[in-house]
Formats: sequence, C-alpha cells, structure tokens
Amino acid sequence: MELLLNFISENLTMLYILVFIIFLGTEVISNVPTVLHTPLMSGANAISGVVIIGAIILIRQASADDYPILILGFFGILLAMINVAGGFAVTNRMLEMFKKKKK
Amino acid sequence: MEGTTTNLIYLICISLFIIGLKKLSHPDSARTGNLLAAAGMIGAIIVTLLTPLESGANNYGWIAGGMVVGTAIGLTVARKIKMTAMPEMVSLFNGLGGACAMLISIVEFYNHPAGEPLLSGQMITTFFALFVGSISFTGSLVAYGKLDGFLRDSLVLPAPKLINMVLLLVIIALSAYTLMQPQLNFTYVIVILGLSLIYGITFVTPIGGGDMPVVISLLNSFTGIGAALAGLIYGNQVMLVGGILVGASGTILTILMCQAMNRSLINVIIGGFSASGGGTAQSGDEVVKEATYADTAIMLKYAQKVIVVPGYGMAVAQAQHTVHDLEKTLEEEGVGFKYAIHPVAGRMPGHMNVLLAEADVPYPKLLDLDDANKEFASTDVVLVIGANDVVNPAAKTDTASPIYGMPILDVEQAKNVIVLKRSMNPGYAGIQNQLFFGERTRMLFGDAKSSLSKLVEEVNNA
Repeated sequence: MELLLNFISENLTMLYILVFIIFLGTEVISNVPTVLHTPLMSGANAISGVVIIGAIILIRQASADDYPILILGFFGILLAMINVAGGFAVTNRMLEMFKKKKK
Repeated sequence: MEGTTTNLIYLICISLFIIGLKKLSHPDSARTGNLLAAAGMIGAIIVTLLTPLESGANNYGWIAGGMVVGTAIGLTVARKIKMTAMPEMVSLFNGLGGACAMLISIVEFYNHPAGEPLLSGQMITTFFALFVGSISFTGSLVAYGKLDGFLRDSLVLPAPKLINMVLLLVIIALSAYTLMQPQLNFTYVIVILGLSLIYGITFVTPIGGGDMPVVISLLNSFTGIGAALAGLIYGNQVMLVGGILVGASGTILTILMCQAMNRSLINVIIGGFSASGGGTAQSGDEVVKEATYADTAIMLKYAQKVIVVPGYGMAVAQAQHTVHDLEKTLEEEGVGFKYAIHPVAGRMPGHMNVLLAEADVPYPKLLDLDDANKEFASTDVVLVIGANDVVNPAAKTDTASPIYGMPILDVEQAKNVIVLKRSMNPGYAGIQNQLFFGERTRMLFGDAKSSLSKLVEEVNNA
C-alpha cells in the first residue's frame, strides 16, 4: 500500500495530466458526424503510433553491443513507424476524396 | 536547459495532436487536422532523437534503419491499398502499434536491474503495458483475418467465455506472483507474454464478423492505452497524452457504435453474434421472387423516388462507381435518387460514406438512419445492394434473433424492394432475412457491379 502511495506521489503531475486528458479526449471527439468515423479512427490510430518515442528512447539508452535490446528496439521502431507513416497517409487519402467531392 | 526546450517542444506537439483531432471531427477541416497531427508526430520524433541523454550509445544507425524501412513499407501500403480494404488495413496498422508497446515492455523487464525491488508502480505499469500491447497485437491480427476473409466465423472455440475467464485469471495471478518474488524471473515474463498473446486471439475469435467495427475501435483504444502506459514508464508526456487521447477517442467511438446497434459493449464481447446461436431458422418452404433486368429498369425509370441501401456487398463488388452511374442516368430521367446509410453498414462506421465519396456521390444525397426511415413510406423503389442484417425485420419482430433490438432501415415500407445479392446465403450475422420473402420484394441475383451496369444499360434502352 505504501508502495502504491509512493508511486502516486512520485508521478502526481503525470496522473493529473492523465485524468485531464481523459476528459479532454472525450470532449474533443464526441459530436463527430458518421461520415468521419472511419477517417477519425484511422487518424487516431496513427497518433497511437506515438509509442515509437518509447522505442527510440530505449535504443538510444542502450549500449552499442547490447544486441537483444537493439534488435527488439529495431523491430519496435519498424512496426510503430509503419503504423505512423501508413496511418497518416491512409487517413490523408480518405480525406482527399471528401475534398474533391465538395466542389 | 535542454530538458526545458525538449519539454516545450513536446508541449507544442501535444497541442498539435489535440487541435488535429478536433479538426478531424469536422468535414471542412478534417484534412488540415490530419496534417497537423502528422506534423506533431514528426516534431516529437525529431526532438526525441536530438535530446542529449545521460548515458547510452545513441545507436542512430539502428534507429535510422527501422525508421526508413518502416516509412517505406507504411507509405507503399497506404498508397497501394484499395479503398474497400481500408478497415482491415486500419486493424493491421493498429496491431503493429500494439506490438511496439509489447516490445518496449519486454525490454523494460530485460533491463530491470538485479536487486531492485520488483513490487513497484513502475513494474506493475510494465505488466499492464505488456498485457494490453499483446492483446492489441494478436487481437488486431484476428480482426484483420476475419475482415479479409481468411478466418471464418465458423472457427468456434469450445466454451470461449470459460477459456477467456481462466486465461485472464491465470495472467493476473502469475503477474502478481512474479512481482512477489525477490528476483525477476524472466521465464515467467515470457509465459505471461505468451498467455497474453493467446488471450488476444481467444478474445476476438468468438466475436462475429458483424461486430468487427466495434472490436477494431476497442483494440484501437487498447493500443492508445498501451502507448500511454509506456509513456508513464518513461515519464514521457507526449506518449502519455497521445496514448490517452487515442484511448478516449477509441472508447467514445466504440460506445457510439454499440449505441447504433442497440447493444451494450459487454453484450458484444461476451455474447458475440456467432456464439449466441442462430435464432429462428427458416424452414426453406417459402419462395423468393426473382426480378428481371428489363422489369427493374422500367420500374426505376418511371419511379418518382429511388433510395439505395448499400452494404458490404457493394464494397466487395467495387460497385460504388456503377451505382453513381445509375444515379446520374436516372436523374437525367427526373427520378429523385438518394442513399440510406445505416450506421453499421459495411465493416466500419462510415465505410459506405468513404466508398460513395470515392465515386463522387454528392454529400447531401446521403441520408442517415432516422431521415431515411421517414422517407421510405413515400419511396417507389428501394435498391438494397449487398446489405442484409441492417434491413432484417427480425431485429424488430423476433425476440429470439441475435440482432433483436438493433435499429434497422425500414425498407419494407417502400412500394417496391429490389435486393441485389449474389446468392441466398445469409449475411454476416449468419441469420436468415424475412425481407427477402416479403410481398413487395424481388431478388436480382448476381455480382452487384455487373447487375448494376446491366440495369444502367436497360434504363438507357427502355
């Protein structure tokens, strides 16, 4: 129990951010027309590729001969980068069609 | 000093994510929103690459390799993929993000210094990230397989609820046990990883293909939560905020989709369509009435008002452009032509909208569920193109039916209903549709695209 309290007090700012963002996230996203559900899901999916930041930090912190970490981190970056690049590109492609049609 | 600069730029990137998501939810600004979010992501990646670290060899070669190959694959796939295959693509991308969260937590366990206390908030968070990332990974792959068609719904696990419950309990118990030990036993971590990966499979497999939109949305929010947990491990705000934003948006979308089907999330997860049995099966005594192209063409040409109800069949046949051709041909004849879009038609919310937008169908011609239902009674012909469960009257009348309670498009109120369908096979939920045997219903069997082009031809000849 003490352990949990320690963890909370150490990360108090992060926990504040966490709770506020949950409210902000639901507020920002509600009221979306059905037309935009697929692009929105795809765009949000691309943003979830932000996990790549973790993989970058992890590789940078490793020493140059720590191959298990380097290899796991490499695949982490590779997979997350596909998610990021592909996700934004696909979303853009979907939204381009909406634009063309608006004329 | 450098730390402050980094954090300031992170703050700008976070703002770009939030503004981007906000703009993504309005049709006019959606494209800008996507580009802003992408700019935020590029900014966050560059800053993370440049910030000086206290220790470590940087290993930029490995990073560059992963990023270049990943970008090349991602962009190529995004450019080549057919619009109809979009839902499975999002699911696959989502799984890869989950896999990254999973890999990060494995490395965190691997890096855990011997002698440090195991039972800490940090380690508990890492276990959560491992679990959530793994489920998102394998679950998304199963969802991808189901949408792509190489995994069938007939693949049924014995007692899926029991298996899932037992797996979940074992994972929790083993994680707790591992944390209680004085030394980290990496074998346990591998076992928990394996069980979590299996859980992802057994979690999604029993859920019917008709519910896949809800599942993808749910798994999307899982990946977000995985990213946020990893952010908590590293004390990194961009990951935390980006992840939670996605977690919240995925959850809201999931709830919106469940509301559209008039079911609770628990109901979708525990009592999937295919798991709950077939409802009332039809005896097959009833006879469907087939339509001819010539008759249908004349019926369409002299109608006042025609409404098209598109479904997954239109996506499979790539018939959206042909539908638009029919729309233009009939409008020249003075026929009012509209589209009725059910919230869960296709395999993703908005799936039909995206396809019709690709075919240049004007925005105001698309009616949502409520507006469409007001119009059917005054409609001469309804063309159901490859839709099934969203027009099944059993959802209103048959309490034993697995889709009972889902709001449907009341097409049977129209004067004539023409159903374009490949065969009499039941729809994705695996249940028979009484509409096909209705008094005013005619069937037009065949591939939607070729049927429609024949119709366009006949209308021009008639």
